Amino acid sequence: MRAALLLEDGTYFAGRAFGARGQRCGEVVFNTSLSGYQEILTDPSYHEQIVTMTYPLIGNYGTNPEDGESRKLFAAGFVVKENCPYPSNWRNGGTLADYLQQRGVVGIEGIDTRRLVRHIRTQGALRGIISSTETDTQKLAEKLREYPGLVGRDIVKDVTVDRPYEWNQGVIDVSQPAGAHRTGIPPARHKIVAFDFGIKHNILRLLVSHGCQVTVVPAQTTAAQVLARKPDGVFLSNGPGDPAAVTCAIDTVKILLGQVPIFGICLGHQILGLALGGRTYKLKFGHRGANHPVKNLDTGRIEITSQNHGFCVDLDSLADKDVQLTHMNLNDNTLEGLRCDRLQAFSVQYHPEASPGPHDSQYLFQNFIRLMDTRAA
Amino acid sequence: MPKRKDIHKILIIGSGPIVIGQACEFDYSGTQACKVLRKEGYKVVLVNSNPATIMTDPELADRTYIEPITPEVVEKVIRREKPDSLLPTLGGQTGLNTAVALAEGGVLKKYGVRLLGANLRAIKKAEERDLFKKTILNIGLQVPKSGCAHTWEEARRIVEQVGFPAIIRPSYTLGGTGGNIAYNAEEYEKYIRWGLSLSPKSEVLIEESVIGWKEYELEVMRDRKDNVVIVCSIENLDPMGIHTGDSVTVAPAQTLTDKEYQLMRDAALKIIRAIGVETGGSNIQFAVHPENGKLYVIEMNPRVSRSSALASKATGFPIAKIASLLAVGYTLDEIPNDITKKTPACFEPTIDYCVVKWPRFTFEKFPQTPAELTIQMKSVGEAMAIGRTFKEAMQKAIRSLEIDRYSLDDRRVDRSLPSDRLKDKLRHNGWDKLWYVAEALRREIPVAEIFALTKIDPWFLNNIKDIVELEAKLVAGKGRLPEKDLLEQAKQYGFSDKYLASLAGVPELEFRRHRQGLGIDCVYKTVDTCGAEFEAATPYLYSTYETECEAHPTTRRKIVILGGGPNRIGQGIEFDYCCCHAALALREIGVESIMINCNPETVSTDYDTSDRLYFEPLTFEDVMAVVEKEKPDGVIVQFGGQTPLKLAVPLEKAGVKIVGTSPDSIDLAEDRKRFNQLVNQLGLLQPESGTATSYDETLQIARTLGFPLLIRPSFVLGGRAMRVVHDEESLKACVLEAIDVSGEHPILIDKFLSDATEIDVDAICDDRHVVIGGIMEHIEEAGVHSGDSACSIPPVNLKPEIIAELTRQTKLLGRHLQVRGLMNIQFAIRDDRIYILEVNPRASRTVPFVSKAIGVPLAKLAAKIMAGLSLEELGFTQEIVPTYYAVKEAVFPFLKFPGTDVLLGPEMLSTGEVMGLSDNFGTAYAKSQIAAGNTLPTGGNVLFSVRDADKAKAVGLARRLRALGFKIIATKGTCIEFIKNNIPSEFSLKMTEGRPNIVDAIINKQVDLIVNTAVGKQSILDSFSIRRSAVDRQVPYVTTIRGAEAVVRAIETLKAKRTTVKPIQLYYR
Repeated sequence: MRAALLLEDGTYFAGRAFGARGQRCGEVVFNTSLSGYQEILTDPSYHEQIVTMTYPLIGNYGTNPEDGESRKLFAAGFVVKENCPYPSNWRNGGTLADYLQQRGVVGIEGIDTRRLVRHIRTQGALRGIISSTETDTQKLAEKLREYPGLVGRDIVKDVTVDRPYEWNQGVIDVSQPAGAHRTGIPPARHKIVAFDFGIKHNILRLLVSHGCQVTVVPAQTTAAQVLARKPDGVFLSNGPGDPAAVTCAIDTVKILLGQVPIFGICLGHQILGLALGGRTYKLKFGHRGANHPVKNLDTGRIEITSQNHGFCVDLDSLADKDVQLTHMNLNDNTLEGLRCDRLQAFSVQYHPEASPGPHDSQYLFQNFIRLMDTRAA
Repeated sequence: MPKRKDIHKILIIGSGPIVIGQACEFDYSGTQACKVLRKEGYKVVLVNSNPATIMTDPELADRTYIEPITPEVVEKVIRREKPDSLLPTLGGQTGLNTAVALAEGGVLKKYGVRLLGANLRAIKKAEERDLFKKTILNIGLQVPKSGCAHTWEEARRIVEQVGFPAIIRPSYTLGGTGGNIAYNAEEYEKYIRWGLSLSPKSEVLIEESVIGWKEYELEVMRDRKDNVVIVCSIENLDPMGIHTGDSVTVAPAQTLTDKEYQLMRDAALKIIRAIGVETGGSNIQFAVHPENGKLYVIEMNPRVSRSSALASKATGFPIAKIASLLAVGYTLDEIPNDITKKTPACFEPTIDYCVVKWPRFTFEKFPQTPAELTIQMKSVGEAMAIGRTFKEAMQKAIRSLEIDRYSLDDRRVDRSLPSDRLKDKLRHNGWDKLWYVAEALRREIPVAEIFALTKIDPWFLNNIKDIVELEAKLVAGKGRLPEKDLLEQAKQYGFSDKYLASLAGVPELEFRRHRQGLGIDCVYKTVDTCGAEFEAATPYLYSTYETECEAHPTTRRKIVILGGGPNRIGQGIEFDYCCCHAALALREIGVESIMINCNPETVSTDYDTSDRLYFEPLTFEDVMAVVEKEKPDGVIVQFGGQTPLKLAVPLEKAGVKIVGTSPDSIDLAEDRKRFNQLVNQLGLLQPESGTATSYDETLQIARTLGFPLLIRPSFVLGGRAMRVVHDEESLKACVLEAIDVSGEHPILIDKFLSDATEIDVDAICDDRHVVIGGIMEHIEEAGVHSGDSACSIPPVNLKPEIIAELTRQTKLLGRHLQVRGLMNIQFAIRDDRIYILEVNPRASRTVPFVSKAIGVPLAKLAAKIMAGLSLEELGFTQEIVPTYYAVKEAVFPFLKFPGTDVLLGPEMLSTGEVMGLSDNFGTAYAKSQIAAGNTLPTGGNVLFSVRDADKAKAVGLARRLRALGFKIIATKGTCIEFIKNNIPSEFSLKMTEGRPNIVDAIINKQVDLIVNTAVGKQSILDSFSIRRSAVDRQVPYVTTIRGAEAVVRAIETLKAKRTTVKPIQLYYR
């Protein structure tokens, strides 16, 4: 079955369909991780994005019940060179194609993904439409024209939860025998309110495994509602789209700052940056992968990080603010982390919770705990 | 953190001769290290006995010692050079072991030399199995159950814990030498005893079997600020139980989820920290249970390894270069990524293609050894291929091997093989098992069943199944050329034109026209370390069938250099050396150099050796594709050995300009009849000869010429299936084998010149001059393959008039063959008559040796001649005859091939070479022997057992050895001869004559040197056990009487003179 991917500049890729049938618009982005496609597909930050994997062989180890990062698939479409119909892994529970199909995501395979990636690299992230029902350029172009793109739109509201809930699972350890992958949970020492802007489960798992009692709240939750829960700390999650458009969250964080320790990741970091008076801007094609070097300016150590962001906090915009820069990206010298000691808030642009990606930066969760400990003392 | 200021002079120890388990990859790593450290302003002192390396080129280090790599010799170098630091992690196991010995022996302390990269404690933690195990368990990781034994009694206790099958690994041996799997108590005892005798520390590790588990490797880098990155993950197609060097391996890991991969990554980080490798690269191997993911740590190399070379080529991340920079104090964030130029090296490469490495074997040369793969490495080389899919990369890898196989085809599979026999093939680990896997899939044996038999992960099996199914579609269209869609898919699956043409039943060229007519051509993509996230500044390319091509050829004047492909016996690093020199030469004269090669171990496949690198198979199709894309001004075929030479005619026919000696001249030299005419016309001599295509014809010729005869196939390198035959009785088997190897070409029959001296001459020619590079006198008599015999520059025993005549004949042939570039001639001299054995109008195996001996880079000059310069312009018109002696000696893999006879003959068996240098022949020869691992004794017992023809000479040698204080032992015939000549000699029984016999004496370490020569089937059979036990017990031995003469001379010199060391830079003054 044929499928097509059309970009807003008219670039057209013809391939084979896999997964669900249908058409979806989104921003076309690429991810350079060699593994972790299931985590990527289920990461809410990919909402309204058509994800291309640079590694050509995808689906090799299938899908399983443990590697999802949220309640559903968020990517708008999935683009690979070769989809594997015969996955092999002891945890495999089904093919990638079935996984996409059952969860309504359109996939395309058999295209020159490297050409697509190079195109995005030189042209910047582009809007696109993926389709396995219609392959006519004209018709696809018409539909694509209606798609507004991400800039200036609050799409967090599309992915956040409706009502608060408690999270009580710890991290998964797949080195344990099947059935015992859930690890034991330490007694809860801190009460956390975690904003769900599109939160990944592994953040929640890590918070619980670090001794937090976690309540997840919708993005629109007000500062008063948060404070009413008497949290020891507030967590600002990752999420999709343009941070500057998520104005209600920025305003909430402005109020919370100084009242309770705050830790932000990715979109949470951008929102914190904005709340502290900084600006954000859109990167040419973003950072998406599991190999980005970040320097911790406190220790001088380099962390190999998992990244997924298209927007970035403007370094210069923080120059006159009461903010310390804590982490820098060594590939392009963009801001990767900041801290405001006075207000007891810190955040990173990248993903210390990994999943997928390296575990080099998990100490940040410990730092959050320590911050709350200091506060309590 | 900037580079360290407390380091000024760094000693680097190379890995010595090419042996199984230690090949060109350490020339690659050492060369990178020398280059970058000198660029950083450090003085570099290098010790390496292997002249065929780029690293031993005089420009690469400040002081280059081509000396034996032993702690004693290196100590002399240290005493002379006073380096402040030693970088031990780039010279393979040899370099590391030598560094450990120097550290433990107090030498480093005595001279104030620091170890860089890894300290002694870290090395021992990684290398000593017991310490390693403790370290791993301490950090919460698991290893297979195991124990370490130093005696048989200890070993017996350990196996009670470990159980059968038990893996036995001797410590501190190369490529897992002596490694075995024991399935029962009897095998266990045998292997333990062997392992204990092989380990330099008499230590073996006995391990719980993890045979059939999935095998992975991670390449890890660490800097002094404890930043750690993973450069590459590798998944072995072959499961645990087959040495990773003998396994088909794939990068990156294919069948691990991110969670599982990250566990492995976490483990690797913990391990490198716990072992304490301070800076540089390490390789860590893991086993994963296929049904539950249980993770075992198998081993760690605290140094750059073969896998590091592979990982470097697979990702574009230059591990050795970066490891060197880290060793002198830089941190990863301070080093730029060479490929992107803009991003730093402190990242983890990501790739957007699949890499397949396939080992190359030479079991046909060792027919007495079972062709079964085990945990002891047996492959002699490897090819790597890059494709956008595993299927494509795998099929490219197969044709890169140059074993006349272009797919997992069924041509060599017996299609009537009963299914139980086929399953047997799947159960056993033959080197060609995957062809049987394909056959099983053709017979629709389910993947699950094949997995159960082979333990090859179903992911790989299913990929092969895809290939087999597409092949079936292509076969179904037999006689017709495939249509566009099908053909496009076939090309994307990596099928070669050659194989597709054979399926369609048309000639390759016709198929090619059809394909190109449909507009199906490959494109080139870049290896860029980053999955296209950043722009690549380095044109390191591979072909694939996609829509966008990134090759972007320049408009400069350019020449393509064809490399030699995978290492094999007969064609190895010597040819890569020549190719690298060609690239350097072209750069020097402003011509763009474009390298095509598929051997990941080599310097030639380093992306900065040439201006542009195409990592591609060396077949007509793949080379033509590059040529069509690049449109070069010429192609050099004479440097890569037989591989590119075979392509000369087809390429020329396709309109490609071959620079240097014309394909017609090559043909004139190779074609028997044409060459005979030329020799006659020039009034030169050749042994009488004939050609035949059948046994009967051969017999006819044999009767005319008379025995002994030299029988050989045409168009082979390394004397494949070449034999000296002494009687009609042994003629038939030998002729049939030669006919089989020769294929459509006739076999060659020469009158064999007994007891002749063989001479190799390398010369360089342009339109006007023929200049001798070197005249090499072989130590062993004619009949021993030139690659296997030792030789000396200048000659030791030749009369001046003979040398003059050799020079005259060389020049005459060079001019008449219109050679432009390099030429090699083999002569035999008997009774002062000079016979021409063969002329090769191409770079020969001896080019690097000669170049190092005379201090002139012949290959580089030759490349410049091919690009249009003259010898006069290059300033080389006069032969250089050294005032010192350079001796080359061959190094053999016999230890890895149990049961193989070690007698030398016309079929080449050596894997590598060493060079000994001194102002006198005796010392130079002695050094060559020490470097080759044949350490000559200066006292003790010498065993003689020689054939009748050698007895007179043996008497003289025995007398000299007596005078040196040796005791003589001899077998019956030899002993009688000695006694007759008044040489006191102890009589010993041969193995077949009763006990205690000579083999008992060897095992009991009562023999220090063995001289054994044999001729004739029975005599060879009788004395086999003497030679074999000499190898197995590592007793120095020599199997020719001329070799024995040189040995005695060397021992005399060793006793009379102190052996000193001297860098080549001083020899050349």
